[in-house]
Amino acid sequence: MIDRELTMSRAIVEAIGSEMRENEEVFYMGEDVADYGGIFDSTQGLLEEFGYDRIMDVPISETAYLGAAVGAAQQGMRPIAELMFVDFFGVAMDQIYNQMAKNTYMSGGSVSVPMVMTTAVGGTYSDAAQHSQTLYGTFAHLPGMKVVVPSTAYDAKGLMHNAIRDDDPVVYMYHKRLMGLGWLPAPAGPKTPVPEEDYTIPFGKADVKREGSDVTVVTLGLHVHRALDAAESLADDGVDVEVIDLRTLVPLDRKTVVESVEKTGRLVVVDEDYRSFGLSGEIVSAVADEALDSLEAVERVAMPDVPIPYARELEHEVQPDASDIETAVRNVR
Amino acid sequence: MPSVERLRALYADMVTARYYEERLQEEYLEGKQPAFDISAGPIPGELHLAAGQEAAAVGVCHHLRDDDVVTAPHRPHHVAIAKGIDLKRMTAEIFGRDTGLCSGKGGHMHLFDPDVNFACSGIIAEGCPPAVGAGLAAKKRNTDSVAVAYLGEGAIDQGGFFESLNFAAVHDLPVVFVVEDNDWAISMPQERVTDVESADTRADGFEMDGIRVDHDDAVAVYEAAAEAVGRARDGNGPTILSVQVHRRMGHFMGDPQSYRSDEDQEAALDRDSIERMEAHLRDHGLDDDDLGAVRAEAHQRVDDAIAWAKDQPKPDPDDAYEHVFTNPPSGVTDTEPDFDLAETGGEGE
Repeated sequence: MIDRELTMSRAIVEAIGSEMRENEEVFYMGEDVADYGGIFDSTQGLLEEFGYDRIMDVPISETAYLGAAVGAAQQGMRPIAELMFVDFFGVAMDQIYNQMAKNTYMSGGSVSVPMVMTTAVGGTYSDAAQHSQTLYGTFAHLPGMKVVVPSTAYDAKGLMHNAIRDDDPVVYMYHKRLMGLGWLPAPAGPKTPVPEEDYTIPFGKADVKREGSDVTVVTLGLHVHRALDAAESLADDGVDVEVIDLRTLVPLDRKTVVESVEKTGRLVVVDEDYRSFGLSGEIVSAVADEALDSLEAVERVAMPDVPIPYARELEHEVQPDASDIETAVRNVR
Repeated sequence: MPSVERLRALYADMVTARYYEERLQEEYLEGKQPAFDISAGPIPGELHLAAGQEAAAVGVCHHLRDDDVVTAPHRPHHVAIAKGIDLKRMTAEIFGRDTGLCSGKGGHMHLFDPDVNFACSGIIAEGCPPAVGAGLAAKKRNTDSVAVAYLGEGAIDQGGFFESLNFAAVHDLPVVFVVEDNDWAISMPQERVTDVESADTRADGFEMDGIRVDHDDAVAVYEAAAEAVGRARDGNGPTILSVQVHRRMGHFMGDPQSYRSDEDQEAALDRDSIERMEAHLRDHGLDDDDLGAVRAEAHQRVDDAIAWAKDQPKPDPDDAYEHVFTNPPSGVTDTEPDFDLAETGGEGE
């Protein structure tokens, strides 16, 4: 029995601190990660223990420092580099997808890039189209990066240990609304018991966050909690929802999803990323490939193909919430 | 030295911008206290205030016409006001209202007013390439309009800035890069991210002119900008104009600034460009009554804008789907197509 609960940010920091203590080659760099402790508390307290050499503030030059992380990783170090908002990927995408993601392949496996790129995703607080995206699909679509999306503090710690130890580039995407920030209240779900000792959660293993027999809801990140809220509400009406948290997109645990749909026959995919050409289509396609006979009905609940609007009424309209999930589940019943 | 009328106009825009920020701060904090919750209150989202940076805005923009283009960064209000943006509709946008400049879609970091050719962006230094493009358009069309890209000193290490400098220089484009040096990029002081003391020296590597204004004196900025804007308007190419300003507040509303010493914050508060401007005006014979009259008019304008904005309708949620394209292609506007395997038994429409 674990008697302490951590916020997701504390769990992430604990894993990073432990890996840095174990391995001199691990270091962290990004904008405002040292004195500030990370705008989203991703490095809170690490400067005091490790100093500026290992918790490095960098110039606002994403191309340079993300590319530098690639270079250091290719020398065998284990950098963690933070892209403050995922929306900023555009200024450095060449280093991310032409170098970080491809060098292992292009070198015929003679080079590896053991780095972690952490980045904040998600909306829900009216920060408009350049600071609110949830670009899961963009990174999962381009080959060569492992893509991790925790939804709870427990998962966040185990996945971070695994990410730092992994010999490949890992994109670790944390949702701002789940971190437990003072200025952006989190739902209750992500704060969980977390063991003090190190542990890893393997990539490619989805977690069934709620078992059910009627409808399978597949989701990740913030929307795990919204799906669980919807499931509780639906349970009152006798609808038994299974909620699958993918936890990683690359590798993707298609097996757990397919087995669940074979049991329930009905699939709802929930994604805060854009609807078209992304995760929701991928999941539906995976189920259609392997369990078409079992599939009686399917719905997708995702961000429509519009940039994220600023005004609260507009963002609320496009941002999938628990009631949207509930409606979708009822539609497939 | 600018004329008395010009000095008075500079001052009017400075006090408008300062009071506007003070009023926005009050409105922003409503409903967010005692525990600061960024997603609560009448003004949603992040808010980056520019108090202390007014001199850089008015000193440059008072050389500009409506057909001159300005791109500003995420801290845009003072520049927007100096460029002559529609204050009421800007305010409505910040409150997320339907009649805002951007129909509630952009918010405070993404304001667009094509009537005065003002735009801003939330991504650091990313206003530089579009300003270069505006300069390119002016040159191709053989007009004498100019483009001004504003950026902070934290953005001068960004790739987009360097590439823009080179492009503007090699094509002799009418662009002025205005670096507002407020000493802080969120928590990072300049000396920890660059070995260059001043942004204007970045010009050296591009065969370009660089000008530094060491203090936030609006008149000094106005005179330096006369040279930079004049050079652009006369077809003699781009300039970097670096202006020392002071960040009186946190990077964003809610920033606890624990990385910043009390002395530094107090020093920023002590050096007030508005007081400096008042001294200029007194040198030109204006008295307290004259200054008070300018301030009163500015405050009234701000109060009117805020009152008007708060009275504006909120957007219709269905409008979230509008404006993805100017010319929406048929077939893609339906973003939520319904399909259900259980219902695909062959019944066509």
